[in-house]
Amino acid sequence: MQPLPDELACEAIELELFVQAMHRRHGYDFSQYAPASLRRRVRQLAERLGCDSISALTGRTLHEPRLLPQLLEGLSVPVSDMFRDPAVFRALREQVLPLLASYPQINIWQAGCAHGEEVYSLAILLEEEGLYERSRIFATDLSANALRQAEEGIYPVREAQQWSRNYQAAGGTRSLVDYYSARYDLLKLDDRLRRNITFAQHNLASDRVFCEAHLVLCRNVLIYFSNPLQDHCLALFRDSLVRGGFLCLGMCESIDFAGNAGDFAAFDAGARIYRLAANTVAMAVP
Amino acid sequence: MKTAAAIVVGCSSGGFDALRVLLGGLDPGLSQPLLVCCHSGSETIELLCELLGRVSPLPVIAAAERHAVRGGHVQLAPTGYHLLVEPDRRFALSTDPRVNHSRPSIDVLFASAAVAWRETLIGVVLTGASADGAEGLRLVRRAGGCAIVQSPVSARVPAMPQAALDRAGADYCVPLADIPPLLNRLCLPRP
Repeated sequence: MQPLPDELACEAIELELFVQAMHRRHGYDFSQYAPASLRRRVRQLAERLGCDSISALTGRTLHEPRLLPQLLEGLSVPVSDMFRDPAVFRALREQVLPLLASYPQINIWQAGCAHGEEVYSLAILLEEEGLYERSRIFATDLSANALRQAEEGIYPVREAQQWSRNYQAAGGTRSLVDYYSARYDLLKLDDRLRRNITFAQHNLASDRVFCEAHLVLCRNVLIYFSNPLQDHCLALFRDSLVRGGFLCLGMCESIDFAGNAGDFAAFDAGARIYRLAANTVAMAVP
Repeated sequence: MKTAAAIVVGCSSGGFDALRVLLGGLDPGLSQPLLVCCHSGSETIELLCELLGRVSPLPVIAAAERHAVRGGHVQLAPTGYHLLVEPDRRFALSTDPRVNHSRPSIDVLFASAAVAWRETLIGVVLTGASADGAEGLRLVRRAGGCAIVQSPVSARVPAMPQAALDRAGADYCVPLADIPPLLNRLCLPRP
């Protein structure tokens, strides 16, 4: 097989031009996304849209504005499960919610909610702990397509078994079946779960703080960002959190290289739950 | 090929025993990083590191997000995430959908490593029941790197090395026992 040393160099240029096109044509800046995953996603997008190169995709990005929702979805949406990493949801239930219970109104921001599996998991936790009536969950994502799906709360029924196991392992007090109805090969979550969720488009790279949150969940989102953008997001979360507020990141995420990691103190290191550092000893009385 | 700068290894069914043989035969003087994507069943990454660490002359650790790839270490992809290498040779993780029914996927690791190391990368595909790794190995070779495939007849489950041979071909197709001395030869400075 003939090695093609130039091909990778060309692709790197194509990738840069595509990122520029997204920024200048549509106002979305992906230049601070971590390159390996970005390259992979752009390659996949090109393939999915029938483009034989990234340059061809760039051409369509410039000339076919109706493609934008698809582009954003392809560039940003990972997959999750209900109660993914049950130990984390158990820690939220057993350690974090009892502390949040002292507030008359609880605001939770789920940043990068993708298709919403974890938003509804959170709603169930709050419901079962008797806190949902005074809670408001702001579920945001870059992708309007993803938000639309999240809002529907419809998922393939084949996931139900695994999700039920996760739910039980996360300390569920009922049965997950109580929260959905299954029809054909789909399951639909109970509409009532959505009553205190606000879905909204928000770009972590460019949009500002929009609420005062007691808990921010941002799991497996920053893993796609370079260090400077990770820093930027941590500052955004810091500015959004109340004194003593909580931040929950993905299980394998590291903030070892974040310039502002010192703003957060480990609350449950294993579950990657942090707390605003200034107030780690005493919880502010609401 | 040029002197090897890094090794990526992929395995699936039967992979744990194969890794014990592969790592057990490595020269303790190897300075290259060796990255492993193994579709392990239920074992946690910590347990896998500990068990493999007992036979490997090089330290075996879990690859850590954002941390630099470490030479002279075996680094395993954590369960439930794709492992990628950035062009500046730091680790990245992704929760993108499964590839070939797998996350971590060998194809994903190999494709990113091929960009990071190009012609100085060695890709190794061992025993397994899926076709994961075949496309990745093709990309390793396309970038000028070296492909080693465990000979299917010597593999506990021949499907994966066979798929790699069919899709990518190989620079070396040898029995498992011959892979460690081959890696030592390709990676140690020539006297």
